Amino acid sequence: MVTELFPLTLSGAETSRRGVRLVGPVDLSLDGQGMCVLIGPNGAGKTSLLRLMHGTARLTGGQIDWACDRTEAQRHQSFVFQRPILLRRSVEENLTYPLRLRGVSRLEARKAAAKWAERVGLSALLGNRASVLSGGEQQKLAIARALITDPALVFLDEPTSSLDGRATREIEGILQQAKAEGTRLIVSTHDMGQARRIADRIVFLLGGKVHEMAPAREFFDQPATPEARAFIKGDIVE
Amino acid sequence: MRQICKRDFLGLSGSKQGWHSDAKPFNFSDKERQGGSAIVDLWEGLRQAFWLVVTLDAELADIALRSLRVTLTALIIACLIALPLSAFLAVRRFRWRRGVIAVLNALMGLPPVVVGLIVYIFLSRSGPLGALGLLFTPTAMIVAQVIIIVPLIASIAHQSLRDLWAEYHDLLISLNVSQFQKMQTLLWDARRALLTAALAGFGRGIGEVGAIMIVGGNIDNATRVLTTAIALETGKGQFALALALGFILIALALSVNLAIHWVGQTERDSRW
Repeated sequence: MVTELFPLTLSGAETSRRGVRLVGPVDLSLDGQGMCVLIGPNGAGKTSLLRLMHGTARLTGGQIDWACDRTEAQRHQSFVFQRPILLRRSVEENLTYPLRLRGVSRLEARKAAAKWAERVGLSALLGNRASVLSGGEQQKLAIARALITDPALVFLDEPTSSLDGRATREIEGILQQAKAEGTRLIVSTHDMGQARRIADRIVFLLGGKVHEMAPAREFFDQPATPEARAFIKGDIVE
Repeated sequence: MRQICKRDFLGLSGSKQGWHSDAKPFNFSDKERQGGSAIVDLWEGLRQAFWLVVTLDAELADIALRSLRVTLTALIIACLIALPLSAFLAVRRFRWRRGVIAVLNALMGLPPVVVGLIVYIFLSRSGPLGALGLLFTPTAMIVAQVIIIVPLIASIAHQSLRDLWAEYHDLLISLNVSQFQKMQTLLWDARRALLTAALAGFGRGIGEVGAIMIVGGNIDNATRVLTTAIALETGKGQFALALALGFILIALALSVNLAIHWVGQTERDSRW
């Protein structure tokens, strides 16, 4: 399934809103392996680039090419938002929702929900309303819902930005497991520690453009640009 | 005039008007006679209402059931139109969308008498739908009520669905959900708020008198409902009976509201 979508190639891709360019032009090529982490200061365009690739932001210039048809590619990907968007339903109903949309029977969907709830540690909360979960639990639920359809690619927009260390570790564990099972993950974060822990490849964004892209180890050990070096050190980069 | 009215409702006039023929006259103490007439009217209304209910007055039951039948039928039809319409307006962007919403909001204040008049013209023998022979039937009353409550339900429902759509927008777009599935999801997840919209529609329908008086004609045993009966009794000076009917109407409206709240579990499970 992974090979169907990748490589993903962005050629001069950009998105604007009301005449203001949010990100781009971006030239980027991603293969179907591991975890790619987008880093950069606030306003660098991480979220916009994720949305552009996912198709929820309008492409206003350039082009995005998948290895397969765009509509088909969208069927095999999902998105986890920075602030989890949960349906006003129970945990179980949130998990079964994407499956039911795809015509999976109620019974099968419930089985899958139970499996994923177990996997992310929400088994005891299946019948609870999603609104009563803690922040970490809500994000775990959102990630489980994104993974339940077995997508080839998952975009995660700062999935741990408002969580404490323990919840962050749990979520990173879930992501690592998904990666090990062959799911391609593209994650945005401004947490350098997290980027070091989970990234296979780093895309450093600055001013709405890709400033530097490299394998994670190379990026952190030998950043090619002064801005990347400053950002890694924790200096303010604008 | 006042003297006559009071004599009538005290049962002293000897005249037995309308279906009130088997209602028993009540005896008032001197203290009651000397009290404010409005208070006496209220008290007498309550007593008569109680009496009519406990004796299971057949005509009252017939009128009350007709009121419920007409309004609940209108409510169901109105919900079938208004709820999908409001969901459509929430999720779909089209050129005249804002105009449609503005018109819908404006139509909430539609004067029932005018609706009644228009429906009357359409259904009258010489009107475009005169061949259907619906004028002065409960069906005509249902049609009028549907026209009156659709904008109300749609507007209130749209407010709720619009807020929910703002909350769900990114998720549903990301999940590649079809327009129909979006509407389905919104309608299901906002069902409690929609219940409130439906109850507002029910409230307006059950208390409506102008339009249904015109298109129904307030015909005994055919189109007379609680509100038109109240109007009739008030016109006849039968204030106590009118009040009794009013109390029954209020009780009916409250009962239906409470029943729907109970069935819909509106106040359970906190927010969701």
